[in-house]
Amino acid sequence: MSNMKLLEIKCLNKSFNTKEILKDVNLSISSGKIVGLLGKNGAGKTTLIKLINDLLTPTSGEILINGKKIGVETKKVVSYLPERTYLNKQMKVSEVIEYFKDFYKDFDAEKAKKLLKDLDLDIEEHLSKMSKGMQEKVQLVLVMSRKADLYILDEPLGGVDPATRDYILDTILSNFNENASVIISTHLISDIERILDEVIFIDKGEIILQSDADKLRNKEKASIDEIFRRMFKC
Amino acid sequence: MEFTFDNNIPIYIQLLEYMKIYLISGVFKSGEKLPSVREFSNTFKVNPNTMQKALAELESMNLIYTERTNGKYVTKDEKLIEKLKDEYAITLAKSYFQGMKRIGLGKADSIKYLERIDE
Repeated sequence: MSNMKLLEIKCLNKSFNTKEILKDVNLSISSGKIVGLLGKNGAGKTTLIKLINDLLTPTSGEILINGKKIGVETKKVVSYLPERTYLNKQMKVSEVIEYFKDFYKDFDAEKAKKLLKDLDLDIEEHLSKMSKGMQEKVQLVLVMSRKADLYILDEPLGGVDPATRDYILDTILSNFNENASVIISTHLISDIERILDEVIFIDKGEIILQSDADKLRNKEKASIDEIFRRMFKC
Repeated sequence: MEFTFDNNIPIYIQLLEYMKIYLISGVFKSGEKLPSVREFSNTFKVNPNTMQKALAELESMNLIYTERTNGKYVTKDEKLIEKLKDEYAITLAKSYFQGMKRIGLGKADSIKYLERIDE
């Protein structure tokens, strides 16, 4: 079913008490795309991502993945990299791999081990002994080693150095397949924009724009980073 | 080789430029089979969809063609590659003369400068 959307969000609203965090969000994402969810701090990126992962309940509206409402079935096909780590730092990397193997049917332990080896990470090391950047790499490898339909990466570049950023982008590129899509939320636009198919601008809880990245560059004769800065100048 | 991309210009247009130079300089020769989209996108470190778009553009210019199920090949029409090379050289030459004109030098003087340069 080629015309069925991988992710579809309709009239989504989310409020905490009286504060509206997301306002009438409508968007759809098809398979085989790398999509940048771009917005300033506090724009609503993480709230939107948590809603897609069923970690928050919408105030109103609907989220569909492969045409199904969010729930147990949709969680099986979504691989999520949260902004903050949830792994037990007392565990060794090899133990975390076993944990993922138990938890996710689509987890490819061999692939994870190979990627970790490429990154010179010792799987017999405890997470607590690793630097923040190393821990982030481990997390990303785990998330990308699932064979999911939708990968959602919340600020995957936050705590890492520029060389590692490049490696992370390459890992995302070489591990995503044409049947899957990747949503990457970030405010570090210039680092990431070269790998994006589509961009979504979010500001104050509203979707301001969704466009093909190259079409937008062509239209505005500027980089995505520059267009974003112009649009959201403080 | 490290490929650099200018974020201000659509990525597929920059890929198209790299590919044209590959064809002109004979990195991929007339009639030769091209690497897959996947291999290209790994080399350039770009999104495979963007790579696909650049290749589609080359195909619409008849510089490459798709053999069903077999992959993509460089055109067998060597004249087309020659023409591309000629056009590319003219563009480079024009931009040189434009630069010289900006500092007040005409065509004859500009050519003298070219001759003064050892390759």
